[in-house]
Amino acid sequence: MQQNKPRIRLFAVLLKATLLFVLFNFAFISIREIPFGKLSLYNSIFPGRERFPFGETRESYNLSLFDLDAMFASHVLAGRQKTPDQYRVLLIGDSSVWGTLLAPEETLAGQLNENSFHACGRMVRAYNLGYPTISLTKDLMILDQAKQYQPEMVIWLTTLEAFPKDKQLNSPIVANNAERVRGLITKYKLLADPNDQALVDASKWDQTFVRQRRAVADRLRLQIYGALWAATGLDQVYPENYERAQIDLDADEDFHELPSLRDALAFDVLDAGLSSAPLMLLVNEPMLISDGLNSDIRYNFFYPRWAYDAYRQMLARHAAARNWHYLDLWDLIPADQFTNSAIHLTPAGETLLANKITVAIQTNCK
Amino acid sequence: MGLIQIGASILTSLLIGALARGIWRTYLLLVFSILAVYWFQPLLPLLSFDFWLPALSLALVILIWLITSQRGAWRTRPNIIGLLIIIGLITFIDLSRYFLPDPVLTAAAPPQFFQYFVFIVIIGIMIFAIAWISHYYSWAISGTIILLIFMLIVLKTPTLSLQTSIFFRILANRSVENASFTDLRWLGFSYIVFRLIHVLRDKQMARLPELSLPEFATYVVFFPSLAAGPIDRAERFAQDLQKDFALSQDETLLAGQRIFLGLFKKFVIADALALLALNDTLATQVRTTGWMWIIVYAYAFQIYFDFSGYTDIAIGIARLVGIKLPENFAAPYTKPNLTQFWNNWHMTLTQWFRSYFFNPFNRWIRGFKNIPAWIMILIGQVATMLLIGLWHGITLNFVLWGLWHGLGLFLQNRWSDFVRRRFPDLSQNSPLQPALQIGGILLTFHFVALGWVFFALSEPSLAWLVFRKLFNML
Repeated sequence: MQQNKPRIRLFAVLLKATLLFVLFNFAFISIREIPFGKLSLYNSIFPGRERFPFGETRESYNLSLFDLDAMFASHVLAGRQKTPDQYRVLLIGDSSVWGTLLAPEETLAGQLNENSFHACGRMVRAYNLGYPTISLTKDLMILDQAKQYQPEMVIWLTTLEAFPKDKQLNSPIVANNAERVRGLITKYKLLADPNDQALVDASKWDQTFVRQRRAVADRLRLQIYGALWAATGLDQVYPENYERAQIDLDADEDFHELPSLRDALAFDVLDAGLSSAPLMLLVNEPMLISDGLNSDIRYNFFYPRWAYDAYRQMLARHAAARNWHYLDLWDLIPADQFTNSAIHLTPAGETLLANKITVAIQTNCK
Repeated sequence: MGLIQIGASILTSLLIGALARGIWRTYLLLVFSILAVYWFQPLLPLLSFDFWLPALSLALVILIWLITSQRGAWRTRPNIIGLLIIIGLITFIDLSRYFLPDPVLTAAAPPQFFQYFVFIVIIGIMIFAIAWISHYYSWAISGTIILLIFMLIVLKTPTLSLQTSIFFRILANRSVENASFTDLRWLGFSYIVFRLIHVLRDKQMARLPELSLPEFATYVVFFPSLAAGPIDRAERFAQDLQKDFALSQDETLLAGQRIFLGLFKKFVIADALALLALNDTLATQVRTTGWMWIIVYAYAFQIYFDFSGYTDIAIGIARLVGIKLPENFAAPYTKPNLTQFWNNWHMTLTQWFRSYFFNPFNRWIRGFKNIPAWIMILIGQVATMLLIGLWHGITLNFVLWGLWHGLGLFLQNRWSDFVRRRFPDLSQNSPLQPALQIGGILLTFHFVALGWVFFALSEPSLAWLVFRKLFNML
């Protein structure tokens, strides 16, 4: 019997393997339009995440990826059927909304749900769609994708650092979603340059499986981390000690090397976001107001006083002119309720904010 | 071994297997094995220890070859060549600090030549003194075995390892604040010691055939099996080396299949499972009984795929140069009892312990006529499994793991004996046999998986916490 076995030629095996490998890579390029990211074990085998995947260390059982479909598919929002008695509120913003150093139930969304209240006769259910980079365009990208989940209200928490035009496309998640961003530029007639160097355009070679292996591995790892999310309820590391937000500041009046804020802020992105949501509540988020060294020059690490004061005025005027629902909560939280950044709150700080937002939802609901 | 090292090993083996014939194959394997001893050694915080530890491995190889070979054997041509290859390569690696801008073969820059020269002189004198003594005094072989075991104990005991690191730090006039028991990670040393003890014991028992230094050294530090085994037998390995070998297409394909299987097991399955596998942190973080079981299962499969994957890679690479390394795993989780599990898990290690501890120990204990047979079985099995546990590390958790398996083997032995005597019909032809088989597999797997709880964790208190979570006792 052994002698009848066909002889295998090593060269033929290597040749076929090479051909298959090349074909597979080309096939991978042609199927990249298929949104594989939507395939997810979350919300079926594993519970959906309370906030978007974001993290850089293995210990956080979490990771950052650029696939917005995969991010949404892993979110609890994607797995929840909307019921007629539910008043769905989506929260978008930066790491202060996402909840750096906060457990999911301690975040703004978590505390709003904890408050368990009604708006316009329906039970409010808040969803955390914050993501830890600061850029209005990043927020708009998430908002544009989130609209399909039919929110009754969107609450957009933002801060001056998200506004500078030169920052809009620098967030890695924005830069690595070039096609999506170009779509937003066209759809909302944004002022950003669709050919901006910051946008990462993948060549054919970059689209092969060999070059995309990290992205594929990240999608798979996200699914595996689903088991750890289910098992532990953890999605970030909570260090016992961390460096507190800076109180003593440099005597530096610079803000992004801008002489003034005039024409420097991306209000067009804000307009696009506000126009796209059925009911939007815009919030100028709380920040740390330092009383340390040089606090007469700067409010905190991020902002010189002149820039932030000008921004507040501009935003208030802009919102009033467009009749937006606008809350300026910049000084709501005492300085001792910030953690490792001038915008990251303690659980108690989030409670103060949640109470304020609860009233705003009830007041502004439709 | 990382992917780059595996890739380099495959290429090297392909070239040697295809091009080298006769004694040249042995010489080339020796050369690349010595280079691998240095290249695979990870960076250590102690100055130049990534050079000194491999050098000591090779010094031990020369010492034990001199002890186990006939007097004057070193004067023959192949052995002089072997000696020149070993010493020449170590010297070349040390001198490379003077002509290579960055270290290539070592993780950090090798020591200065003067230090190396002093080392070579002292070690050389010691080696030849011990070897000379061993030809006149037979206790020298036992003394060498004790020395090897002592070194293994120091390296495997966290406290002793830490103290040794502190000692060397003081000697080098460096701060002891950062000293750690992991400072002495000596790549492959556990396997090297087991191979060396095997040849020393076989020499004592007059079972060891005469091996040339190139054959002997290649056997001990053979690069595919340096980091994770398997533990071959010297005489079998030498037979493969002495055979004529030319790499054929069929052999290449078979080796390639085995390597790819190993790569898939290790770098796809095991590394993915590693994200979920039980560890100290997860032991405290997992909240529910169901998930705790999944985490324990993940560990059980991760350790299997990791270890058996590496073994497949080693066997495949060795095959490219005509060496048929022994199998280490044969579907151990599908075995219906614990004895069969251990006959199919890390087989070369268990065979080693059977040959050099369990069988001699059993022969010895049978001399005590008034000890009941069941006590002899209990002591033999528990002692063997304890030693296997301690080989992994001298910590309380490995002791508990060894006890767990030792007692498990004893209970299974008594149960099998009981069933055989009381229910002889249950064997072979009983209609219940398939159900018993499946039940046995599940029971054995779960017993082994629960044993991994001790193995995976650093503290008994953590293991206890995991057991309470597994059985919903919190």
